[in-house]
Amino acid sequence: MAMEKQVEPLFTKAEWDFEKIKEVCDACEEIAVKELGLDYFPIQIEIVTSEQMIDAYASTGLPIYYAHWSLGKRFMETAKPYQKGKVHLAYELVINSNPCLVYCMEQNSMTMQAIVIAHAGFGHNAFFKNNHLFRQWTSPDSIIDYMVFARKLLAEYEEKYGVAEVEKVIDACHTLRNHGVDRYSHPPELSVEKEKERRGDRAEQRLREITELYSILPRNIKEDEKGKKDRFPKDPQENILYFIEKFAPELPIWKREVIRIVRKISQYFYPQMQTKVLNEGFATFVHYYTMNRLHEERLITDGSMQEFLLSHTNVVFQPGFDDPRFHGINPYALGFNMFMDIKRICEAPTEEDKEWFPDIAGSDWKKTVLDVVKNYRDESGIRQFLSPALMRDMRLFSMLDDEKDSENFLVTGIHNDDDYHKVRKALADQFDVGLQIPLIEVVNVNRHGDRTLTLHHSVVNNKQLDTNETIEVLDLIESLWEFPVQLVSVHPDGRESMTYGSKKVRDQGVSSDNSNWG
Amino acid sequence: MSAIIVDRRETPRGKSGPNRQRLLQRERSAVKEAIEKSLRDNGIKDVTSSASKKIKIRSGSGTKEPVFRHGSGGINERVYPGNKEFRKGDKIPRPQSSDGGGKKGSPDGEGEDDFIFEMSQQEYLNYVFEGLELPDLVKKALSGSDTFVLRRAGFSQDGPPSQLDVLRSMQQSHGRRISLRSSLLKKEKQLLKEKKEIEEKMQAGSASAVDQARLVEIDKELVGIARKKAAVPLFDDMDLRFRRKEKEPVPITKAVMFCLMDVSGSMGDREKDLAKRFFILLGLFLERCYERTEIVFIRHTSEAQEVDEDTFFFSRETGGTVVSTALEKMLEIIKERYAPEEWNIYGCQASDGENYDADSIKCTALLRESLLPITQYFAYIEILEEREMEVIQHDHGGELWTEYLDIVSGHKNFAMRRVAEISHIYPVFRSLFESTGKK
Repeated sequence: MAMEKQVEPLFTKAEWDFEKIKEVCDACEEIAVKELGLDYFPIQIEIVTSEQMIDAYASTGLPIYYAHWSLGKRFMETAKPYQKGKVHLAYELVINSNPCLVYCMEQNSMTMQAIVIAHAGFGHNAFFKNNHLFRQWTSPDSIIDYMVFARKLLAEYEEKYGVAEVEKVIDACHTLRNHGVDRYSHPPELSVEKEKERRGDRAEQRLREITELYSILPRNIKEDEKGKKDRFPKDPQENILYFIEKFAPELPIWKREVIRIVRKISQYFYPQMQTKVLNEGFATFVHYYTMNRLHEERLITDGSMQEFLLSHTNVVFQPGFDDPRFHGINPYALGFNMFMDIKRICEAPTEEDKEWFPDIAGSDWKKTVLDVVKNYRDESGIRQFLSPALMRDMRLFSMLDDEKDSENFLVTGIHNDDDYHKVRKALADQFDVGLQIPLIEVVNVNRHGDRTLTLHHSVVNNKQLDTNETIEVLDLIESLWEFPVQLVSVHPDGRESMTYGSKKVRDQGVSSDNSNWG
Repeated sequence: MSAIIVDRRETPRGKSGPNRQRLLQRERSAVKEAIEKSLRDNGIKDVTSSASKKIKIRSGSGTKEPVFRHGSGGINERVYPGNKEFRKGDKIPRPQSSDGGGKKGSPDGEGEDDFIFEMSQQEYLNYVFEGLELPDLVKKALSGSDTFVLRRAGFSQDGPPSQLDVLRSMQQSHGRRISLRSSLLKKEKQLLKEKKEIEEKMQAGSASAVDQARLVEIDKELVGIARKKAAVPLFDDMDLRFRRKEKEPVPITKAVMFCLMDVSGSMGDREKDLAKRFFILLGLFLERCYERTEIVFIRHTSEAQEVDEDTFFFSRETGGTVVSTALEKMLEIIKERYAPEEWNIYGCQASDGENYDADSIKCTALLRESLLPITQYFAYIEILEEREMEVIQHDHGGELWTEYLDIVSGHKNFAMRRVAEISHIYPVFRSLFESTGKK
């Protein structure tokens, strides 16, 4: 009869204290480093109240934000269902900074704190540090400093130009948040020092350049009429905020600075939008692995394990499409299932897996999982790794909603041999931010006339813009641009189907044959 | 590498406070609208309870955050979990128009929910009373021209004997005496010294006749000095110091509201209820403006009585209607207990407009001559039957109304309105006390 080595659990009661949190964190770290081989930023655990947690939520997950009413709105939206007891606050919030800030709520039980530390402190943290999108798009070393800088600068502007004035500019910028990113080129690192320098000397110079741009008189009107020769910009620009910041004819410098700040912040969040499934999936995978290992090592009690499983099951719960609780695909569930599935394919591949995933079937699961973390976003990850087995498990099917058929939806694919590729592609497209956010580009500025800014919307799948909202957005763009703004929906075949105009356009009643000012 | 743990719980709370204020500011008109609606629908109970108020507002144009997004239509293909019996090519009837259900949930079409603002009683009332101001309120409340207190304000050289400050006066006198006598004392000292020298010479037997004569002279001078010294008075007018007091106006921070109501048979529960709401609103308003507010309830049929609130609103009386009795009662109570110099007096009369024949003229006279000169404000509301609403457009109303119309033009502190249903109360209240600045 072998005597088992007696191990004291890290904690036995629900109450947490700083000492226990530290011990748990060390135990998790041991597993993260030695078993999962994770590379991550130093961790800073912040103990907060639930109110502070909602605060942090309201500022979309940054600990510092400039003052704006929309944060008040977000706070109320978050606080309301929580206070009503309808939902639990998501128990974790983590900030992509260096050191990585992990928020632990004071009313969490010790087990919950352990999950949060494993999930956010090691899972998300490692994802932030390794995923290529985050590496290219975010500057975790300087984001906090930059936010401090931004808040101070905007407060100064409010002092100088009045809260309402500044608010107007921010409002307009916020509507273009999704159009303030260069999707294909990488932004330079954020640096407060550089920002200050840039604002100082070069500001005047920049303004002069803009004036010059517009002061060139048309040399020859006929030549102008010949065609697109004088188009500006030469190529369509999808970063509308950047374009306005750089080329708005008469915008004062401070407004350009405000645009820049909003632009930089939306850029910071750009990778998060594209990696919801993989990021949450990986973090959940890490906490699941870690908690199980802690239990195996008897570092947590059976009771604590029960508590964990209950919470974990809720997190990865995916109601079916016909369940009243269904609110779309749960990214935690899909992501977690995918990582578990990848691990399974590595460890115990079936014939089918070997056929579908010859590269990873039977490989080292730890390496493979970290490779997914490093090199994929939701869209490409799903396209690459969603397996037939998982599609069967989740009983996925694709359905087509075509406006031409006003009676029915059409089931276009289900989880069987014929349709795996079809369903997988549909799901990958569904998580492609590029397809979900309408593609809108600046195509021309009427430099020698009324300075109208013309935008093109590239219509995909016949999907038109929401008319009322589009006009509201155009009005806000006009408030920045200060001259008329129009938008044309262009189909792949070059056909123009809809034209929308900002207030100045509508007032002028500028007519073109197919105009429909909404 | 070990984690750092930071306890943030002590950092100041309410970080989102300023943003909430900005949001409120942003939704100002929507909030106001919602509050007025809640006042109309739910009545005054909401106002009087001190619980925090939940205001549901339809998210107005102020807090929209529009973005470029796809509208409905086009071709959408989406993946759903949990298939049971569908096969490829199956057609599923489109949920008609209701658009409900999670089926067609677009990722960002979360639907702008209505807000529920929770605001404190204070915040709520600020909205309710925004822009309302009792006429003359500021003038009288702040200048309070009739009442003073005396405050110490240094010293002066004259004043009533009762305010004489002995210590200060003594100090003055002492100083004056020292300065006036100093030259005499000096002289005296010098003479005494000289006298001593001569006396010493005389003892030594070396004194001359000149010395003898000088001695006589010195004695004479010393007598003169003593006389002069004695002549310096203990007190001179210029020594006197009096405690000075200044009159300071005292703001009148007390208000009394007289609620006058006809409780004769013609006033039913509905009428009383309307009147009550009006009284409560006025009461609340005064409560906010003054440090102390008192309310006096006077009901009347053919005679008037001061009663407590319950009796005022709930007990029934029968009898005729003589409105002037209530006004007389009010005057009587003012004389007894509420001196106009100390109290801001507000009157508020509700009636269905019926009155004993000749009495209305008496009422007018009472108001014009006795009451209006001493009240800050007197409001009369006539409560109509619902079907009488059209009447409001015309100018002829009850007898009292017709008589009172005479007063309106001549007195800025008199106002009259008609109401027929609950929803009229608040607008009427508003227009009665519309900020004077606007006019």
